[in-house]
Amino acid sequence: MEKRVTFKGIWLPLLLVLPQLVITAVFFFYPAGQAVYQSLFIPDPFGLSMQWVGLGNFEYLLGNAYYRASFVTTAVFSVAVTVVSMGVALYLAVLADRLIKGSGVYRTLLIWPYAVAPAVAGVLWLFMFNTRVGVVTWYLGVLGYDWNHVLNGEEAMGLVVVASAWGRISYNFLFFLAGLQAIPRSVIEAAAIDGARFWTRFRTIVWPLLSPTTFFLLVVNIVYAFFETFGVIHTITGGGPQQATTILVYKVFSDGFVGQDLGSSAAQSVILLVIVGALTILQFKYIERRVHY
Amino acid sequence: MATVSLNGIKKTFGKIDVIHGIDVEIEDGEFIVIVGPSGCGKSTLLRMVAGLETVTEGEIKIGGARVNDREPMDRDIAMVFQNYALYPHMSVFDNMAYGLKIAGTPKAEIAERVNEAATLLQLSDYLQRRPRELSGGQRQRVAMGRAIVRKPSVFLFDEPLSNLDAKLRVQMRLEIKQLQRRLGVTSLYVTHDQVEAMTLADRMIVMNGGRADQIGAPLEVYANPQTEFVAGFIGSPPMNFLPSEIEPDAPEGARTLGVRPEHLRIASSGTPATVVYSEALGAETLVHVTLPQGGQATVRQDAVIPLPAEGAAVHLEWNATDRFFFDAEGRRR
Repeated sequence: MEKRVTFKGIWLPLLLVLPQLVITAVFFFYPAGQAVYQSLFIPDPFGLSMQWVGLGNFEYLLGNAYYRASFVTTAVFSVAVTVVSMGVALYLAVLADRLIKGSGVYRTLLIWPYAVAPAVAGVLWLFMFNTRVGVVTWYLGVLGYDWNHVLNGEEAMGLVVVASAWGRISYNFLFFLAGLQAIPRSVIEAAAIDGARFWTRFRTIVWPLLSPTTFFLLVVNIVYAFFETFGVIHTITGGGPQQATTILVYKVFSDGFVGQDLGSSAAQSVILLVIVGALTILQFKYIERRVHY
Repeated sequence: MATVSLNGIKKTFGKIDVIHGIDVEIEDGEFIVIVGPSGCGKSTLLRMVAGLETVTEGEIKIGGARVNDREPMDRDIAMVFQNYALYPHMSVFDNMAYGLKIAGTPKAEIAERVNEAATLLQLSDYLQRRPRELSGGQRQRVAMGRAIVRKPSVFLFDEPLSNLDAKLRVQMRLEIKQLQRRLGVTSLYVTHDQVEAMTLADRMIVMNGGRADQIGAPLEVYANPQTEFVAGFIGSPPMNFLPSEIEPDAPEGARTLGVRPEHLRIASSGTPATVVYSEALGAETLVHVTLPQGGQATVRQDAVIPLPAEGAAVHLEWNATDRFFFDAEGRRR
């Protein structure tokens, strides 16, 4: 029998969940509500008055070429971050899973990057690729490649993708390794006896059995790429050059706090909220069907 | 179909010697059971034959060819695992067809061979199910089916029945034996259950602490155990071990006297003993007694003989031909 604690009355349980409810209300519902509310107005730059514009902010955004370009940038960025961070993590996890000696050391070292804050990680990568004093830039110069992410939009995108994916590899690695170790050794051995060599085993046995982990990481990583990469982009490129790395969440910041167009910024937050919600629902609806639990 | 020969097989994990040198020649079509308590190295030995563990020293030959350095897939073997190791995301059909698909067998032939095996194992109605939708006995059969569709030269069984309940175990034991007889494939079967060993084996290898204490046909091992360990391990209830001083004609160096429970009789004269309690099992009765010299013994007698009362003073007797003497190292005297 499951043992349940029962409380008399409603006040004590209410008191116990209150802190969490307050935090959720103050830091989630209130700002989200404010965003929806503000997206219907254009405030003046000094915050003294607001003018009702209805859906005007949204209409303006959807007709804006820069905003639509930001959609494409976000799509490219988040797909690249997810693919790079999950691909590298899976590769490392497969290698670590095969290790017999010293796997603990590898695991610990591979987890370290996760402890580095995104902004700090951004600065580290910025120093390495600094166009004047960066170590990597210098070596690339020796090899005859002129690296300059300040001027070249594609290079800037590459750099923020790598910097964002780097810290994420640790997180994905942990989950992939746990997923790999949850596959019974005897199933792999049975496949080996059945004649499957490493790559065939991976394709037909390991990958399908790993799919719940992969699916979970896919959802989490896309959400990460959408929102939490702000620090990296802010420190490395500031959205440039020529808005080449301005993803939607960065545009929310730069339009609202740099451009002081709070109405448009709020409208963008609402759009972002809707997109991520829809994306997650879609993923659960279509991809989860192909997952073997 | 092939012979298997193990020559001086040793296995070391780090600094720990697990197997100390096993030699056995297995004939084509023979059913060999490797039996022993847990930790005796029996599974390790089987896994070395499968190619899942490296061989530290010695030589394994399958069909006359040395296979020490061959991958499991190149040894022409099939293995049934203790937990069945079915592919959970594949149907029963795909589980059985997996090895054939990888080998590039034509589709029509795969279907034919899988259906044939499924009929043999009464799995025809379950081919589209996933392993988790099957009962323990059915999963066991799928694991068997996966082994037989590939028509390997050697079957390896690693405690395949230990996850089944007692009744099903008896039934599957019979099925495995019939199947092996029909297919005539050389088989190595690992178990810790001496009843399985007795019933299945053409010859059995009794292992103890990484050594083969005795290799021989079940009844031969039962009737003529070479060590105290074998005598105690094979047979249920196990052989009684008494101090050899009970017998005035014990040979030089003997320390222990062994008599099987069925060879002890409660009689009016002989060695005195006290009845502790009796277990009536229906067809037979087990009478547990203690001896004044120390030690316990079990008498197995027919149920028609009246039960002695608990605490009753009785006498035990046995034939001189049913005695086994062992020295301090457990070797036969």
